[in-house]
Amino acid sequence: MAGDDEVWLDDEAGPLIRPYTVNSGRTRPTVEMDLLSLVVTTGKPSPDVDPEHVKVIGLCQTPLSVVEVAAHLRLPVMVTKVLLSDLVDCGAIVIWASSTSSSHVTDRVLLEKLLDGLQRI
Amino acid sequence: MVYNESEMLAIQVKILIAGGFGVGKTTFVGSTSEIEPLNTEELITAASMGIDNLSRTVDKSTTTVAFDFGRLTIPQHNIVLYLFGTPGQERFWFMWDELSAGALGAIVLADTRRLQESFAAIDFFENRGIRFLVAVNVFDDAFPYEPDEVRAALELDSQVPIVLCDARDRRSAMSVLRTLIQYLLAAASAYSA
Ligand SMILES: Nc1nc2c(ncn2[C@@H]2O[C@H](COP(=O)(O)OP(=O)(O)O)[C@@H](O)[C@H]2O)c(=O)[nH]1
Ligand SMILES: [Mg+2]
Repeated sequence: MAGDDEVWLDDEAGPLIRPYTVNSGRTRPTVEMDLLSLVVTTGKPSPDVDPEHVKVIGLCQTPLSVVEVAAHLRLPVMVTKVLLSDLVDCGAIVIWASSTSSSHVTDRVLLEKLLDGLQRI
Repeated sequence: MVYNESEMLAIQVKILIAGGFGVGKTTFVGSTSEIEPLNTEELITAASMGIDNLSRTVDKSTTTVAFDFGRLTIPQHNIVLYLFGTPGQERFWFMWDELSAGALGAIVLADTRRLQESFAAIDFFENRGIRFLVAVNVFDDAFPYEPDEVRAALELDSQVPIVLCDARDRRSAMSVLRTLIQYLLAAASAYSA
């Protein structure tokens, strides 16, 4: 599947880039979250004046999913997660695990509600 | 942590919109989303792609896959549905487990002028046990194949729904979404019966 250089260099893949150095070079979040986990500001200010931190705090006055935060920051999801971990560590935000799970796939009540909602749109 | 979020938070579910490049994924997400579709990217590292020889020369380098997504709120039932358009370059998104983890189901868009571009997504969902339907996006200059001809060409199981759609048309795209949920519901009923 991979192994030839062409894999890396076609148009849609984007350019090769160095690992992001945001967050002092850390590349893994310390807090567990997924794309749909919800981020919400606690009201406690971040001690950091990092503009990205300020932006997250402003965005997440009402709960917003991790993937939406990433889109608004224009940062890759993984980089966003590291940044969010920092904000959790300093108490400026909390992250609510999303209630998404594979068990929903067989949850008829949920699927019926979803269908009902879609039929009303 | 003691938060009482379960009472106020919506149930969040996701559906994937997959298919080859230019088949209409972004258009579909745009037609169905209640928000202006958002675009973001994820990093795919050499390590996660299993390219050992490359990681030696390009130390820990990463490349990115862009994807777009939208959202639909069902306020009556406190559900938020996310629609994720998978990156067109399937050989990258296949390595990104998080995108498909926990997905309710998937819509594979197909263009009859190049059906082979749908194979990768179909194989992926079949292997992962993610239920999907095939929506044939009707392009103006495409030969009007019957759904059964498409089914045969794609070697699809008889229960997998095939529908025709125009991803540019909101009503058409919404109807595809409903068909998928109906299919999931029928499958869930069979499962628990
Ligand atoms: N005729 C027709 N054109 C479509 C349809 N869906 C998308 N397109 C067009 O096909 C092109 C590619 O669509 P896009 O959504 O960007 O494809 P993606 O690469 O899968 O995201 C755009 O110019 C769309 O306007 C459709 O159902 N019918
Ligand atoms: Mg697209």
